[in-house]
Amino acid sequence: MMKRDDCLKALARHVTDADIVLPVYSTAFDWIDIRPSPLNYLSHGAMGLASSHALGLALGRPDKRVIVLDGDGSLLMNLGTLVTIGEAAPPNLYHFVCENGTYEANGGHPIPGRGNVDFAGFARSAGYRAVHAFSDLKNFEQQIGALLAEPGPLFVDLKIVSSGAQERDYSRIHGPHVRKAFRDALGAG
Amino acid sequence: MQVETSPAERAAALTGANIIHEILASGVDFVVSVPDITTSEGLLRELAKMPKPRLIRVCKEDEGVGICAGLAYTGKRALLLIQQTGMLDSINAIRGVAVEYALPVCMMVGLLEKEPGVPPRQSKRYGVRIVEPILDAMGIPYHEIEEDADVGRIRPAIDEAYAGAHPVVLLIGRRPA
Repeated sequence: MMKRDDCLKALARHVTDADIVLPVYSTAFDWIDIRPSPLNYLSHGAMGLASSHALGLALGRPDKRVIVLDGDGSLLMNLGTLVTIGEAAPPNLYHFVCENGTYEANGGHPIPGRGNVDFAGFARSAGYRAVHAFSDLKNFEQQIGALLAEPGPLFVDLKIVSSGAQERDYSRIHGPHVRKAFRDALGAG
Repeated sequence: MQVETSPAERAAALTGANIIHEILASGVDFVVSVPDITTSEGLLRELAKMPKPRLIRVCKEDEGVGICAGLAYTGKRALLLIQQTGMLDSINAIRGVAVEYALPVCMMVGLLEKEPGVPPRQSKRYGVRIVEPILDAMGIPYHEIEEDADVGRIRPAIDEAYAGAHPVVLLIGRRPA
């Protein structure tokens, strides 16, 4: 198992200023401290929809890499998104799921099927171009740069544990200033 | 046996080609859809044959709300073509994404089981009667598209949704021919 913030730091080293990143819930609070950017798309409006927003962004801006940092509970709430993305097949969409087996932002309760659900298997059968799973940080660090250089849609299951306690100021995610900053940054390039 | 239609009924017809003309004239780049029996033949079947707008088939309607939102940020216009049952199932997504974030999610919604020529609020079907009061409660503007004379409402409604950054619902009240 990898600590989520270690994993995100490894990923951040390969994310450029031009990339759009959509992190959800606990991952979002880690990510915005690790890699603040106006192109972090944080306001998803309803649990589970981050990858759907990402698909819209990827279709509308094929010139940009769109990276989703999903949660396992979130993905379970919108499993059909895997099939939709598999069929639409945007080559610029990179879908990571941080699998810790819990609804971390909602009290830490276990997800249904914890430990048995095969997220990578779901993505593979849904038609993602490439699918990977990592539970070892060194392996992930060695491979992530090459994976992000390939065309998508790519799915990566990250077996993680929490980074620890977080200060969750939700105005940093849902505040209108966040969406304005994103809109302005996307419009600028 | 073919059922004879009166001149009044023919005059009140709704034509899919006219709706599609307005969708194209509205600058819609993407149609995002879960099939709906009201709009299946007259709209979706025809749209699926066209190279543009691009059709994105989704598994569930709330996915479409997110996709349309993402597209809106990129400056691309989209139309979510669904049934009212799917719209009702997606109320939380519409609430959070379209209303609270003020995004132009444009929905064309077939009214399953609505009686042709009967206003939705006067339908005998509970699932139809409740639609407009729910949209009123959510503060979402809507337009009834019942016959060809109503089709001219589509383009201004979509333009206004994008100009004013708000969702809009176009209620299709009968099967387009």
